[in-house]
Amino acid sequence: MIPLAVESADRYVGGAYLVFLLLLLIYVAIMAAKLQRIQRELGSIAELADRPSGRPGGRDVGQIRGREQEIEAVRQGDRG
Amino acid sequence: MATALRSVTLRRLAIATVAVMGAGYALAFLYAPEDADQGFIQKIFYLHVPLATVALVGFMVAAVHAIRHLRTGDPKHDARSYVSIHISVIFGLAVLATGAIWAKGSWGVWWEWREPTLVSFLIVFLLYATYYPLRYAIEDRERQARYASVFAITAGAFVPLNFLAVRAAEPLVHPRTFSSAGGLPDSMLFAFLVCLAGVALLWTTLVWFELDAKAASGNLGKIRRALEATA
Repeated sequence: MIPLAVESADRYVGGAYLVFLLLLLIYVAIMAAKLQRIQRELGSIAELADRPSGRPGGRDVGQIRGREQEIEAVRQGDRG
Repeated sequence: MATALRSVTLRRLAIATVAVMGAGYALAFLYAPEDADQGFIQKIFYLHVPLATVALVGFMVAAVHAIRHLRTGDPKHDARSYVSIHISVIFGLAVLATGAIWAKGSWGVWWEWREPTLVSFLIVFLLYATYYPLRYAIEDRERQARYASVFAITAGAFVPLNFLAVRAAEPLVHPRTFSSAGGLPDSMLFAFLVCLAGVALLWTTLVWFELDAKAASGNLGKIRRALEATA
């Protein structure tokens, strides 16, 4: 029965390619979940950066960076 | 700047992968003739053999990165070795699945234990499956990377030896691809080579993608620690 054999071959070929696609899809789904986690982490870090320091007399990140730049400028001046 | 450049390269690589794989499988189904012996089911060859070839080469690439890691101590080589093994193991799983389906269609069985090609590939796959428990059983990051590199080099050296041993063994039912006797006709060979290039590009794209994701995650961790220290 040649038609049956061809039909059966179709099924196996389709099955093999589908299995590969399925594996690829599972991998992409896992990576997408990881990227979502990174995105969430990025959001929480942005919140942390915006939050003023809890310490008495504490400074926010912008102030600390500004102070670091001042120190660096003084160091550069010393070298020159 | 470097991150933006990597992102553009990854996008180009992904587009090239889709184009070459699309062309390869169009050639395999529309241009390459049906196999006189096996008929339509032989079309699995254009997926199964490139996946197996790329997976095995990927394991050796991982060994090369591991050597570079041990020589320089640079953790980026360890990350490359780890991701190369990871993607090759996924490809290996696809090889076993597509091979089993092809075996069922052609030989009437899902697996043949007396066939050296099948069993040797399973041994390589299982060997690399032990990489994860070995790696994550070690807590110290530096020691973990060093031991993982030693594993990747040893197992990577086993891959070509295993391939040569299989070539030397007497085949039972599994055909020997590119054997001296009875090679592929030109049209089949051309379609196969395009599919092989497509699968190799897919491997490279996935490795690049995962390395980028790992780098982003690592950088975020560093920023978080720095922010928490200053807060």
